[in-house]
Parts: sequence; structure tokens; C-alpha cells
Amino acid sequence: MTGKILMLGNEAFARGAYEAGCKVSAAYPGTPSTEISESIVKYTEIYSEWSPNEKVALEVAIGASIVGVRALASMKHVGLNVAADPLFTASYIGVNGGLVIIVADDPGLYSSQNEQDTRAVARAAKIPVLEPSDSSEAKEFVKFAYELSEKYDTPVIIRSTTRLSHSQGLVELNDRLDIEDKPYERNVSKNVMMPGNAKGRHIVVENRELALIKDSCEFPINTIEYNDKKIGVITSGIPYQYVKEALPEASVLKLGIVNPLPRGLIEEFASKVDTLYVIEELDPIIEEQVKSWGIKVIGKEIFTVQGEYSANMLRRAIKGEDIAVHAAEGVPNRPPILCPGCPHRSVYTVLKKLKLRAAGDIGCYTLGAVAPLSVVDTTICMGASISSLHGMEKAKGKEYIKDWVAVIGDSTFLHTGVNSLINMVYNKSTGTVLILDNSTTGMTGHQDHAATGKTLMGEETRSVDLEKLCKAIGVPNVYVINAFDTKKLEKTIKEAMALDEIAVIIAQAPCVLLKKSPITNRYFIDQAKCKKCGLCMKPGCPAITKKENGDIVINETICNGCGLCVDLCKFDAIKKTE
Amino acid sequence: METKNIMIVGVGGQGTLLTSRILGTLMTEAGYDVKLSEVHGMAQRGGSVVTFVRYGDKVYEPIVEEGQADVLIAFEKLEALRYIHYLKEGGAIVINDQQIAPMPVVIGAAKYPKNILEEISNNHRVYKVDALEEAKKLGNSKVFNVIVLGVAAQHMEFSKEEWLSVIEKTVPAKTVDINKKAFELGYSLI
Repeated sequence: MTGKILMLGNEAFARGAYEAGCKVSAAYPGTPSTEISESIVKYTEIYSEWSPNEKVALEVAIGASIVGVRALASMKHVGLNVAADPLFTASYIGVNGGLVIIVADDPGLYSSQNEQDTRAVARAAKIPVLEPSDSSEAKEFVKFAYELSEKYDTPVIIRSTTRLSHSQGLVELNDRLDIEDKPYERNVSKNVMMPGNAKGRHIVVENRELALIKDSCEFPINTIEYNDKKIGVITSGIPYQYVKEALPEASVLKLGIVNPLPRGLIEEFASKVDTLYVIEELDPIIEEQVKSWGIKVIGKEIFTVQGEYSANMLRRAIKGEDIAVHAAEGVPNRPPILCPGCPHRSVYTVLKKLKLRAAGDIGCYTLGAVAPLSVVDTTICMGASISSLHGMEKAKGKEYIKDWVAVIGDSTFLHTGVNSLINMVYNKSTGTVLILDNSTTGMTGHQDHAATGKTLMGEETRSVDLEKLCKAIGVPNVYVINAFDTKKLEKTIKEAMALDEIAVIIAQAPCVLLKKSPITNRYFIDQAKCKKCGLCMKPGCPAITKKENGDIVINETICNGCGLCVDLCKFDAIKKTE
Repeated sequence: METKNIMIVGVGGQGTLLTSRILGTLMTEAGYDVKLSEVHGMAQRGGSVVTFVRYGDKVYEPIVEEGQADVLIAFEKLEALRYIHYLKEGGAIVINDQQIAPMPVVIGAAKYPKNILEEISNNHRVYKVDALEEAKKLGNSKVFNVIVLGVAAQHMEFSKEEWLSVIEKTVPAKTVDINKKAFELGYSLI
């Protein structure tokens, strides 16, 4: 085993891009894909960036491909929706330098708003999809994907899942390939997708699909392990690992390419086994196609379309094994929460006091939906807070939204929120938008963005001034406030809500987990002064708890000293520690 | 060798990722096939987190199934209770005697269970350590997780020297000494 090192699936994807000679990488952070870019940045041979959103990232990669270099875009599954527009047409244009898109799905919804299956999108876009099953394959499949991309003149999607991206396995490192840039030549019929040209390219795409269906039967990334032929399994990706644990005796066709399907190979395998299962997480993408060819398979009749699979799940479903599991009862949930000292808590405390509802967005601040804050009423997708607030006003009139605001983070605002704000200005909304500006992309683990003044590669850069941006697009009332100044925040929100025109409030305070967070002191409760009214506990700070004897105490090891509780206490009972 | 299964459970922010990195490096250096599965993203924000570590001649799935863990390392009591059914009969659980109230308990919607230690001791070997208190004695409350790891190390086949050498390579340079001390303390505790 010497020479092998442990790598996260996402680190291995990055290593694969490095070894394949990739020169340009663009992404927007999104769990579970974020560490791909965070690992790529360590390879100085690759230019890498955080783009403001996935559509931009993919277009950056397409541009790099057109001029002849190997390029990468990476994103989470819902990010691919944002990038769908360039994706579908990139399929027609094809590539010059290889173009690979790594997309990480989230079966089990560890950190996402839906459980969609990227393979369905890729099928619609007629783009090949490879699916590795561990870190070692993650690296190798990226290299194979670049070969495939250039040979078949197509972008290639690599589908990951949370379990693959966030698992570590052993990887053997190889050197970086010395890939020469391809020459660029003007080619209007291929690169300018107006109707006449696109008609011609559509024919190319369909022929490419046919060629891939045939050729993929010989791809080395598909493997067959013949064992007992009573049970045959078609699988791919992480579910392959569960199959090997639960059904070590079965014959297995492990697909490395899952779109288009290597039909000949599947038909041959199917003909040699008695009972055939398709085991795939999420949607029956493989299963429905195989069934449409008249092959009898068992799939979603006994397996779920929801969540992650496991070996025990397969043992129960296929072998009927009665695996007794006695989980303890009455164990309270431990949902994620806003950190002690989080500036979002301060803003939500004021919104709650003013009895306002929030159209929410994607980020840590989505957690404002849960008790005890319970301020956020809706969360849809990146940027939707602002546009949905606008829709509410147009549906029910401006009086109706007097108890609504939109809340959106700084990174999310720059991702797609700014379009929605332009729409509010243009179409005469009167609503109030709060930009919760914590100077980072928080939930995904603190990535820079266009307003932080730093690039992914760590260089200083110009930064977008959110206040000036809002003013420039025509917002007449823009306020900038310290998110922890609850009194001023309250006054300003009231003022903004009373206006008969659109207002933006930028509530600023760096994420408490950032090193630049200015917090230096912590607090304790003077029990002699405390009246045990519980007011300080209302914002749901995890550092403040009530003991069995009724004393309210601050856990000094996790208090971040934001002082929100100090503002709330009417008896001066909360004091700074030395 | 048959695949061995270790789980680390706790509350987001307690350092499960550092602990699993130490374990993973140790097993890789010992020549095993190794897989680890971690939690990143939203769940890390103070939520319940679980890390799976598996090693052996050939490891397939990166997760540990219910009833199959050889060793369960719990940084918090409620999380020990949440995952106890993953532990094999006769398996070892090392539990940090610390209580962190989850939000439903803080706001009074649920009660923090009593008698957790009694409940988990059925058919299992339980090793309890007040690691936070021990870490404070060492002068750095953050290294409590490595103390817990030190206790757990006694239930795995690697020598103390192998552990210490991996800790030296894995933790940030500034914290090597305190982490090694923390490990030795845990190793000598029970």
C-alpha cells in the first residue's frame, strides 16, 4: 500500500484534473462539491476561481475549452440548474480543449433543498455521464473524461454524490500529463449557435450519442464480475460498494458510464444471469431504459427513490434478512443551529420583535426558519427571497407585504439575488430587502466572493461595494448598519417598512467563525442580579442554557461574546469576563 | 484481516474531523485498505455529526452499518445514545462525560435523557472519561478529543509509539506537544 494516500473524493477529483493537464477551473461553492475547488487551488499550474454563480462558472470553462485548453467546472446538483442554459448548448458546440463538469448530487439531503438526480438533466442535454465509486476512481475517471471529451467532441459530466465527495479512500498519485493547447480556429457553424447552425449540430449530437452507445461497451471503466449467476446486479457509483458488502456472491455489472448506457454490454450481461436487479440511488434512470429494451429487471419496486442506500438496506430488500436494530427511544434531535455570536441571530431577533415574516434564501440564515427564531417563512433557491417577495406584492398589493421582508446573504445576493433586485426596482416594488452581509460564503465553509476583495487563489482584488451596487441599479433607499446594533436596526427597519418605495438594508458583521471576527471578550451571568426572566434565551443562543435549579448560565467555552444577550437583559445581569 | 469498524460521533465543532484524520493516517501507514466517511456543510453547524472509519484487507462501503461498529467513540453523551445501536454486541464505547443540550432541549420542547450511561452499558464495554476536565488540567480545553482518542486507542491493535508518531505528523505544528501529552494522558487513564 505504500505510495497511496488518503484523499476525499473531492480532493481526488481535483488531483485528477491536475494530472489530466487541466488549466482552468471555475466554480461556485456548494455542499457537497466545494472541496473540489478548494483542493484545485493547491495546484498552481491551474488557474482557479470562484465565479459568482454556476452559469458563469460553466461559461468560463466553455470559453477556456473553445480556445483549446482543458477546463473544469464544478458544482452541486442544484447549481447545474443555474448552469443549465450554457450546458444544453455546450452539448451542441462540443469542445476544443476537453471540458469536464463535476456535479455532486445529495441523496439524503445533507445540505440541500432538493434531491434531484443529475443524470436526468444530463440525459436531457445529451451529455455523457461517468460515475466513479471511490476516491481512486474519482481521480482516474476525470482523466478518462478528458480523453472522452476530446475524442467525441462533447462536454462530459462526472456525477458524484455526497457519500463519494465526502468519503476518503486511498489514491495513488501520478504525474501531470503534458497536454498541449489545441489551436483555435474560427468555426462559425460549430461555435455560433444560431438556428441554422444548431440544426446541423443537433445531427452531430444525435450521431455522437449513437456512437457512444456502441463504443462505450468497450470502455475500461465498465467492469463485469461474474460470480454466481443466479443473481445479477447492474449498478454504478457508491451503490456498487453496498452491493459488494451485501451480495458478495452476486455477479455484478458495474457501469462507469451511465449516460448513454452501453446497451450491448447490458444486454449481454442480462442474458447470462437468472434474476437481474438494477441498484441505483435516486431516480430509476438506468432501470427505466433497460426495461424499455424488454429486459426484465427488478428495481424501484423494492428499492426507494429517496435518500442514501446501505448494505443493510439491500440485505433487507433482496434477501429478506431480518436485521434487528434497536435504536434508543426518546433521543431529542440535534438539528444544525446558528453559531453562538452569529450576526444573523441578531437580525432575526429584531425581525421577531417587530413580528415580521421573512422570505428566505439559501445559506446559514435559512436556519432562521426554526424555533425559537421562526422568522423565515419561505426558502426556495438561490436569489428567490427577493423575487418571491416581489411576487407577493404584485399578487396581494403593497399593504399585504407590510409584515414581510426578504433576507439574503451577501454571497447569495451576488449569485442571483441582484437580478431579482433589479426586477423590484424596474417593476416598482415597495418591499424591504435585508442583505445579511457577513463578508463570506458562510455555510459552505467560508469561501471568498466578489465582495470580499480576495480571489480563490488568494490574490487581492477589487471588491463589489454592495451599497453602491444597490444605489446604481436604482434603489432609492439604502441603509448600511452594524448587524449587532439592534436598536438602530429596529429603528431602520421600521423606517424602511413605512416608506412607499423599495428599500435595502445591508446588515454587516463578519461571520463569527472568520478569523477577522473582532470578538475578544465573553460574558457570564451574575446570578445575584439575574431574575430568571429568560429574555436572554429567546434568540436561541446555544451558549445560554437553563440549569435544573432554574439558574440561567452562559457556557464560556462556546460564548463568542457578541453581546446580543447583554442588549436584551433588563437587569444588567450579563457581564464581561476578565 | 476482516474489516474493522470505528465510529466517531459528536456535535459539529467538536473536532471529529481531526480525530478521523489521525485514525485514517495511522491505518494507512500500517498498510491497510482504509475508507472514511465524514459530514461537511450545514450539519456541521452545531448539529449531530458522525464519522465512519473502516480498515482491513479490502474495504468496500465507506459507512459503518447498524450493529457493526467495533469501537464507538462518543464526544458527547446524547450522541452516544443516538448511535449506540451501531455498536456490536460486546463492542467498546468510549464516552466523553459531557452534556451539550440540543436546541429542542434548550427551548424546552424536549428533555435531555437521564441515565444515558446505564442505558448504553447493556451488552457493551463502556469506558467513561471526563475529557474536558482532564484537558483543562493540561491547560487547553480543545485537546479533549485527543484524550478521548487516547482512551479508545487501548481497544485497537496499534502501539502507543505508532499513535504518537502519526499525531506528530497530523496535527498543526504548534499543537504537537499538547496533543501528544493529551494522547498519553488518555492512554494511561482507564
